[in-house]
Amino acid sequence: MQTSLIRKIIFDEKSRSLLIQTLVIGLFAIFIYLIAQQTAYNLEKRGISSGFDFLNISAGYDISIRLIPFTSEDTHLRAYFVGLLNTLMIAVCGCILATILGFLVGIIRLSSNWLFRNIAYVYVEFTRNVPVLLQIILYYSILLSLPKIKQAFPIFNTFYLSNRGLFSPSPIFKEGFSIVFYSFIIAIIFTIFLKRFLKRKQEQTGNQYPIFFINSAIIIFTPILFYYIMGMPLEFDHPVLKGFNFKGGMVIRPEFLGMLFGLSIYTAAFISETVRSGIISVSKGQREASQALGLKSSFVMRLIIIPQALRVIIPPLTSQYLNLTKNSSLGIAIGYADLVHGFGGISLNQTGRAIEIMLIVMLTYLSISLIISLSMNIYNKSVQFKGNA
Amino acid sequence: MTKIKSLFISLLLTLGVSAAIAGSHGSTHDLVKERGKLMCGSNTGLAGFGAPNDAGVWEGIDVDVCRAVAAAVFGDASKVEYVPTTSKVRFTVLQSGEIDMLSRNTTWTLSRDVDLGLEFVGVNYYDGQGFMVSKDLGVSSASELDGASVCIQVGTTTEMNLADFFKANGMSYESVPVETNSEADAAYLAGRCDIYTTDASGLYASRAGYPDPSAHVVLPEIISKEPLGPAVRHGDSEWADIVRWSLNAMIIGEELGINSGNVDEMKGSNNPEVLRLLGVDAGYGAMLGLSDDWAYNILSQVGNYSESFEKHIGPNTPINIQRGLNALYKDGGILYAPPFR
Repeated sequence: MQTSLIRKIIFDEKSRSLLIQTLVIGLFAIFIYLIAQQTAYNLEKRGISSGFDFLNISAGYDISIRLIPFTSEDTHLRAYFVGLLNTLMIAVCGCILATILGFLVGIIRLSSNWLFRNIAYVYVEFTRNVPVLLQIILYYSILLSLPKIKQAFPIFNTFYLSNRGLFSPSPIFKEGFSIVFYSFIIAIIFTIFLKRFLKRKQEQTGNQYPIFFINSAIIIFTPILFYYIMGMPLEFDHPVLKGFNFKGGMVIRPEFLGMLFGLSIYTAAFISETVRSGIISVSKGQREASQALGLKSSFVMRLIIIPQALRVIIPPLTSQYLNLTKNSSLGIAIGYADLVHGFGGISLNQTGRAIEIMLIVMLTYLSISLIISLSMNIYNKSVQFKGNA
Repeated sequence: MTKIKSLFISLLLTLGVSAAIAGSHGSTHDLVKERGKLMCGSNTGLAGFGAPNDAGVWEGIDVDVCRAVAAAVFGDASKVEYVPTTSKVRFTVLQSGEIDMLSRNTTWTLSRDVDLGLEFVGVNYYDGQGFMVSKDLGVSSASELDGASVCIQVGTTTEMNLADFFKANGMSYESVPVETNSEADAAYLAGRCDIYTTDASGLYASRAGYPDPSAHVVLPEIISKEPLGPAVRHGDSEWADIVRWSLNAMIIGEELGINSGNVDEMKGSNNPEVLRLLGVDAGYGAMLGLSDDWAYNILSQVGNYSESFEKHIGPNTPINIQRGLNALYKDGGILYAPPFR
């Protein structure tokens, strides 16, 4: 009886593979456990303290690039959030810019204009084949050779460009501005319903309406109308050169711009190839059939080609977004205060908690990446073939 | 069956490897002797303190501490391998055992001494954080720096001092964090920041390498205490003693007037402390587990503290630093080594 059980496990393919898989997973778990235990033992032996208490100690350093207030008295935990927001900011801005640029270049590469097509080709081949770190440093160096602060280059006497960044007026919202803001939100919601209504009407009657123009007008003019009704509740704080630096206003720093250019120009080259392959993947017959129906060429692209191309484009586009987000950790090279630079660098040095901090940073990147994957997968499902096509 | 057998074997191997990782820590002194050379953590390149010269040979007063330890252990100051470390990885490299000692303008602080599992064995340079500005700005004091952009090397005590100094004086600033000295120099020279702040010694060293050193001025304010010194791992006191007394031997050498030129004739001195130091009176080397001529080797091959200082960072070098605090206690400084007896 027992021998037959063993025979069954060894010679039956299913149970045998199950056994081996279980063993491998078990071994892996043991291995991880041993490493963790050994690390804890070594740390203790060398008198290095560990734990997560350091998160509540005040950080003691300042971060200039920040979205939320931060002073040197705030905790390391807050420094973590400052860094996280900076990472998200560069990732979001980078992804948006890379997507726009990537789609543009991808379409240009298929254009019939020889010059444009080849300029796009050179751009793609150059940026794709040079390490992104070098490109970031290149753009940063170019930004650093802009005029010095005292000779800042004025643009319309409102914006000032120097190697310390682009200084612009910052808005001051006065009482009543919230109503302008709400009117803007309501206008957007209204246009969504209007679009549905007009679409349905078009299906019933066959009449086309300039939906895009109507909606754009509503979204733009409603807040402007309310802005004047409320007595112009918005002022600007203009930057003024005083002492060492501009005082007042807002600034986009060269570190941020260097990262933004480096990451998005690099990633856009990959995205453009993805877009190109997506468009090529749509069979020629589709274009010919839609032209035969008499559709305008812009409609052919927008209604026939792009929706089908998206099915091919989305999955690799997701991995480009993931790459860009992870590459944002290169900010350390030019002093962009992202998660790795601030929390993963300065806090690590002040506290010496290398393992804990690296664990937190890695888990954070993992979570961001998984969230991007998840939302892109949901979007991907929505553009796939529906029904029994 | 063979498959299962091999799985078992691999399991045993895994356990064996982990056990081997666990049992690989002996005394650092034995390890160094066995290896035949000293692994010394140095700066990635700070002129006068620790940097390779034109011929690729490491030089500087931090490097001389490594050479002194090698001279004490092997009788040969050249038996050192230098491991360049950034301010960020220096402690990890030491903790993990990749280097035997760290001699790299590192500030001795409580948390580093206690919390990071390190042992600072002494001070080879009394430093303090300063500010360097371009002369055109017309700034003469650090209290006039409100609103300035400040270039700062990340992962150092300077960041905290800077935050404290500006806060205490009610001034604001923009911090421009950079990773290495050379990046800080580049950003400062490009005008990305008005001020470069780090230990004053580092400022002098950087300035010496600028196209026009005289266009930059180090402000008189020193805003912190930065005792720089060599560090070893916590928990190996014998090794810590060797490094500590190698440094002390250089200081005592200066105090007693022994230098690399006169060390042989000083062996015939009447001063009992000189005789103890140079190993003429035997017994002191053995206490440290070294040969009796260990300090003789340091002074003949590396020289005393003053020689090292004058050669690398003194007024006759491009770095041009006065002895100041780093003069012997007899000469108005605070350099002081415990007696050799």
